[in-house]
Amino acid sequence: MTGVDTLLSEYLPILIFLGVAIGLASVIVIASFIAARQKPDSEKLSPYECGFEPFGDSRTQFDVRFYLVAILFIIFDLEVAFLFPWAVSLAEIGTFGFWSMMIFLGILTIGFVYEWKKGALEWE
Amino acid sequence: MILPALAFYLFATITVACGVMVIASRNPVHSVLFLILAFFNSAGLFVLLGAEFLAMILVIVYVGAVAVLFMFVVMMLDINFVELRQGFLQYLPIGLLVSFILLVEILMVVGAWVIAPETAAVAAAPTPDPALRSNVAALGDLVYTRYVYLFQAAGMILLVAMIGAIVLTLRSRPGVRRQRIADQVSRTRDSSVEIKKVQPGQGV
Repeated sequence: MTGVDTLLSEYLPILIFLGVAIGLASVIVIASFIAARQKPDSEKLSPYECGFEPFGDSRTQFDVRFYLVAILFIIFDLEVAFLFPWAVSLAEIGTFGFWSMMIFLGILTIGFVYEWKKGALEWE
Repeated sequence: MILPALAFYLFATITVACGVMVIASRNPVHSVLFLILAFFNSAGLFVLLGAEFLAMILVIVYVGAVAVLFMFVVMMLDINFVELRQGFLQYLPIGLLVSFILLVEILMVVGAWVIAPETAAVAAAPTPDPALRSNVAALGDLVYTRYVYLFQAAGMILLVAMIGAIVLTLRSRPGVRRQRIADQVSRTRDSSVEIKKVQPGQGV
């Protein structure tokens, strides 16, 4: 048994769980489809808005500020993702690896200070 | 073992089917949801390759963040997607060309390993056995020392992305009444309360 096989056998419970989840979900959906009385009506599918016809499309435009928050979140998410392998192998990579991560964090801290000063983190 | 092969075909089939549904589904929100399912199945494929860290990062970054970003773009742009789909087929030749080039590249990479298996041994950084050194640690051994320039370049790219997003989307709106906590706290009784002597029958 090679290393990859050992690794995959550790993931076997997740695969079994996935199979059980998919099986159970499809059983529930199919059973309710078969067992329940079906009385299809177009009114059942139409959007309901306090008794009157809906005024507009339910898909409204978002403010662009949500996008800014999301993109700033992704950037710091990636920064944290880089920290995991660094923390695990810090004993191997020594001082050089430590300072290389510090420079990386410093570069991103410049951006963080910039966005703080610009007021990108405030909501108004 | 037959189970990894079965899992591979399951994940690969669902990934390809989801990829087709991303471009074929009528509702753009459904497209994004199919994209998320495709990401999950690609994470499964990464696990099958033994690349645990990439699989988890794919779930965290792509499913958790990039898909949300796509959702925002879909919600933010006021595009008539039915109209957009009219000229859909005229991009087919260029799409086929790109996919053909990608196929040739994959065949050249994988074909080299199949024809000459000893080339895998001369790789710059062969993957260590997962039983000896875990995938995350093996990545960490290389990324921060041997590939330090690329790592710092990644930091620069993130910085550019951060500043670019702020420059492009940040607008200061005039006439917004912000809460200024310092002003509220530093307010004293003298500056805000005034006692007036009011004579009877005269008013203020």
